[in-house]
Amino acid sequence: MIVKHLSLLLVMLPLAAAPIVAVLPRGRLPWVVGLIVASSCAILASTQLSMVLQSGVISYELGGWAPPWGIEYRIDAVNAFFALLVSIIAAITLPYALLSVEKEIPEHQIPLFYSAFLLCFAGLLGITQTGDIFNVFVFLEISSLSSYALISLGKQRQALTSAYQYLIMGTIGATFYLIGVGLLYSQTGTLNMADMAALLPQVTELRTVHTGFAFILIGIALKLALFPLHLWLPNAYTYAPTVVTVFLAATATKVAVYVMLRILFTIFPDGFVASTPTGDLFILLGITGIIVASIYAIYQTDIKRLLAYSSVAQIGYMVLGIGFASATGLMASMIHLFNHALMKGALFMAVGAIIYRLGICRMDNIQGLGKQMPWTFAAITIAGLSLVGVPGTAGFISKWYLVSAALEQQAWVSVAAILIGSLLAVVYIGKIIESLYFKPVSETNTTVKEAPLFLLLPTWVLVVANIYFGLNTELTVGVAEHAAQVMGVVAK
Amino acid sequence: MKHNLILRVTAKTLIPPIIIFALYVQFHGDFGPGGGFQAGVILSAAIILYSLLFGLDAAEKVITPTVARILASLGVLIYMGVGFATVLLGGNYLDYSVLADTQVAGQHLGILLVELGVGVTVCSVMLLIFFAFAGRGRP
Repeated sequence: MIVKHLSLLLVMLPLAAAPIVAVLPRGRLPWVVGLIVASSCAILASTQLSMVLQSGVISYELGGWAPPWGIEYRIDAVNAFFALLVSIIAAITLPYALLSVEKEIPEHQIPLFYSAFLLCFAGLLGITQTGDIFNVFVFLEISSLSSYALISLGKQRQALTSAYQYLIMGTIGATFYLIGVGLLYSQTGTLNMADMAALLPQVTELRTVHTGFAFILIGIALKLALFPLHLWLPNAYTYAPTVVTVFLAATATKVAVYVMLRILFTIFPDGFVASTPTGDLFILLGITGIIVASIYAIYQTDIKRLLAYSSVAQIGYMVLGIGFASATGLMASMIHLFNHALMKGALFMAVGAIIYRLGICRMDNIQGLGKQMPWTFAAITIAGLSLVGVPGTAGFISKWYLVSAALEQQAWVSVAAILIGSLLAVVYIGKIIESLYFKPVSETNTTVKEAPLFLLLPTWVLVVANIYFGLNTELTVGVAEHAAQVMGVVAK
Repeated sequence: MKHNLILRVTAKTLIPPIIIFALYVQFHGDFGPGGGFQAGVILSAAIILYSLLFGLDAAEKVITPTVARILASLGVLIYMGVGFATVLLGGNYLDYSVLADTQVAGQHLGILLVELGVGVTVCSVMLLIFFAFAGRGRP
């Protein structure tokens, strides 16, 4: 029975656990429940992926209403890949959460924190599972609303204003998406993605459809923090509690990229997107995003903020890959977002370990701590090298595919942008390493010890994953290749 | 609020019909306009009106924030519980038809229970929001 309802359980498990966790007594019980749910979701998601790879698309009808009338969960290689990414990151983040949350969140809010965390998790999983374009909006709102609450729980007072800023921007994005969906619905009369894909070719010349497409594109671009719509991201990532930053940085923008892929490659017919300037726009914004956000990152003094700007730049790479609209480009995009989740997750976790000891992580406060926190320092170094794209790390694989996608189309400017972006990454990662290792320790920090094992272990799981996926690309490249086929972008 | 006799008497006569109306909207929702969301809002409006006239402390005796929080979770769990029950009875998630002997009776029972869950959650969440705002700055 579990096999039959697997795709559904994946979403409903965290969704059902959230209200239970909210009323649990204080203490460590909410965390235990969260951990169990996240680990079982990771197991379910990996089973789902292997099932999809073996026997093709899984379809689940909610409420027994047949699609296209009812809501359908439709799982192919792309969905399964993203669901696995989200649940694995959640399963690694939660062990890390225990100590970090106890330090950063007031005790009486901890059950509510885990409840909101599970809701956010359920929302993100829901987006990846559903085959209904309106249902995507519902889950998008579930995950967004809970992430606004999670961000506002940050220790500093700016957390409230940055959560509010994200609320405004996120709501505009979601509303634009909904307007777009409404316009498409008015022309096709369906909300089911597969059905809409079948009906859209007849109406592509209508202006309503073009307008709907533009609304959806802008709405999702806001959600995935595409430069120049990224303004909410640096503040939100900087002031959110560490665990929230780790989780959102590794999943939320990735899931938005997934929605973008679905809209561009599954729902709209082949020729349509090519007939609009979308590809050129993505390449242009991707390139500017990479360069400008990387330069911004160099000038930051708060390390979380630095990494947040670097995230904006990395989103540039992903969008660049989509912009090429080729099989290699799409693969590069998917590989990079998986690898970026690994490296940013590891980096934010390591920075969180410093915050756990110091309470802050500004460049001038962390000087010389590398010798006192060798494991944390090593984690930052390796994940940082991966971010730069040094051979032997996961980052190299994604940069390799990106550059080959660009070379395929002789897009020399893009190649240059990718290389310059990597060089700029050397500068900002170098700044952190210089501060941590080559500066003398300030007197107040001489007693700081290495972070506790509970924080180090999850961090190192991600660090090792960075090296593993840099050497063994079977999972990432294999699944990305399969996904590119599913999306219908076969090498032209 | 000791002196506002007219307001107090009016409210006291109004609150029972408001509650009855909420229950009507709740349980008549599957035949006519209405449903759990509207009923929950109307019911919470009755309690909020009571609290406006007799004070927050009196309203919190009717329903404490802790109880409201538990009820808010309970409503969601009723909704999801119906879904899981249909799965256990062999249907798909939220396929009400399997809940009773005939399809019509099953659909009827299912929507009634689901809307009950919605009503409970909406009412308690409205109250929680009101308590949170009204209780700001209290010791």
